[in-house]
Amino acid sequence: MKEEETKKMHDGQAENAMVEIIDMHKWFGEFHVLQGINLTVQKKERIVICGPSGSGKSTLIRCINRLEEHQKGRIIVDGIELTSNIKNIEKVRAEVGMVFQHFNLFPHLTIIDNLTLGPIWVRKVPKAEAEETAMFYLEKVHIAEQARKYPGQLSGGQQQRVAIARSLCMKPKLMLFDEPTSALDPEMIKEVLDVMIELAQEGMTMLVVTHEMGFAKSVAHRVLFMDYGRIVEANTPEEFFDNPQHDRTKLFLSQILH
Amino acid sequence: MSLNDPGDTRTQGVKPPVTHVGILGWMKANLFNGALNSVLTIATLYLLWKVVPPLIRWAFIDSVWHTTGKACRHAAGACWSVVWENIRFILFGFYPYDSQWRPLVAMLLLFGLLFYSQNRKHWKKHLIYVWIGGLFVMGLLMKGGLFGLSSVESTKWSGLPLTLLLSIFGLTAAYPLGVVLALGRRSKMVLVKWLSVTYIEMIRGVPLISLLFMSAIIFPLFLPEGITINKILRAQVAIILFTAAYIAEVVRGGLQAMPRGQYEAAESMGLNYYLTMRLVILPQALKIVIPPTVSILISAFKDTSLVVIIALWDLLKTTQSVLANPEWMGFSAEAYIFIALLYFGGCFSMSSYSRKLERELSAGEQQ
Repeated sequence: MKEEETKKMHDGQAENAMVEIIDMHKWFGEFHVLQGINLTVQKKERIVICGPSGSGKSTLIRCINRLEEHQKGRIIVDGIELTSNIKNIEKVRAEVGMVFQHFNLFPHLTIIDNLTLGPIWVRKVPKAEAEETAMFYLEKVHIAEQARKYPGQLSGGQQQRVAIARSLCMKPKLMLFDEPTSALDPEMIKEVLDVMIELAQEGMTMLVVTHEMGFAKSVAHRVLFMDYGRIVEANTPEEFFDNPQHDRTKLFLSQILH
Repeated sequence: MSLNDPGDTRTQGVKPPVTHVGILGWMKANLFNGALNSVLTIATLYLLWKVVPPLIRWAFIDSVWHTTGKACRHAAGACWSVVWENIRFILFGFYPYDSQWRPLVAMLLLFGLLFYSQNRKHWKKHLIYVWIGGLFVMGLLMKGGLFGLSSVESTKWSGLPLTLLLSIFGLTAAYPLGVVLALGRRSKMVLVKWLSVTYIEMIRGVPLISLLFMSAIIFPLFLPEGITINKILRAQVAIILFTAAYIAEVVRGGLQAMPRGQYEAAESMGLNYYLTMRLVILPQALKIVIPPTVSILISAFKDTSLVVIIALWDLLKTTQSVLANPEWMGFSAEAYIFIALLYFGGCFSMSSYSRKLERELSAGEQQ
């Protein structure tokens, strides 16, 4: 009885949630990298995650599309719980876009082929339609003229914008960004952030691991601070930056904001 | 005088010294670049002068081309007659003399198909059908028994067609099998992994000769009475199994060189294991390992000559038997040079094609 009730309540809550993470733990060998994460991401919500290196922020978002496997607790993405069921994992991955620190474009394919690969093979979209969609998103990230080139011929900033467009071609419901600007030369960071801001303005649900605090201030609904595998503090950007609660947050902010 | 003045002599009319350009410059840079290199160059030139003219005299000027073995014994140079007088036996062995046009046409068809397939523009679906059709015609030509062609037992297949049969099928079947084994060895499924590792290590632990012996002598003992499997097929299977194990290890090297991010990017868009491998990982990994793969294929091609020990009459064996004929005894240098040239032709075209393929595949990818 009681279980049923809580389940119902739970489902009611889940109505508007894109991601629900309940008491989730993960270990790398003996190392307890995530220690009881609880997080609900609402639809259209934009969350920025920051924290010192090794705090588990990348691991956290990589658990959401199961590039990393969690060992305890639950993760539910758009109503599908992540278990070892590979079909469910593939379903979730098709709905969740991911942008990596090192772009991870496919070097043996042209830009347009990079973009159409997922839609054609996962979504079974006809080739012509996939290419049309690809061109649309390439224009959106201001790089349409490079469609027939190979990734190696593009600058880092251009490659990262292609990577974002590649994710968008899958029409994802949620986008994960794992330090998307950390590997870029300073003059290229802005062009990538601009694309991400446009995306935010269109109402994409986004989880972004980044240290770009300007970006956090301008687009995030919530900023999470992680340390030692826990979410130490979660607040609106205004509160987070102007009035941090924890000593560790204050220390971290003082270190990165100079 | 201003800098823009076309008459400015500082930028015009100055050429590098004559010792740095043209043939003199090249010689200075490559042949006489320092005392040791100069000595080596002179020594090499002396050696060439000693070796090349006599070789040319032996091979071309004093040589005999169309005569009998007896006449050859009086010639000062090479007796190429041993090749030309016996060419049909060397190439086709025991294949019925009157029907030898059939293996010839089959081989020409094979070369035509290979030549057609080497162009990457033709790598489309129709190529598969072209090959299936081509193989059917080749098999029909060799075996006969249909359309008024007399039937020829496969025990009579010998010489160059047999060598080509063993190598082309050996290589084309071993390559995909090797890729599958390499994937198996890296599989997360314990049983698959264990089987692949066992297979690879066991095959690599024995010489090809012992595998061929097993296929010829031991394997038939396990078959029920009355059932025999064609000897050529058994040798063919042994060659495939052997080559596949080596290809597997080379391909595994390529797979290990792939950055983790490529797997993650493919998986994170929902591609399953099979598609990830087929579309993202293998095209890159196999390209990286083209040079070592071709080494293996070339050595497998040459190793097909080991089938002589289980009494298959491949190119090497037919040549040997010509030399066993008293009339032609003693002209082994000429005969072996001839088949060496045939083997060289095969190996060299493989390696130059692989270089071409590598160039084409990496065009555009790197900056």
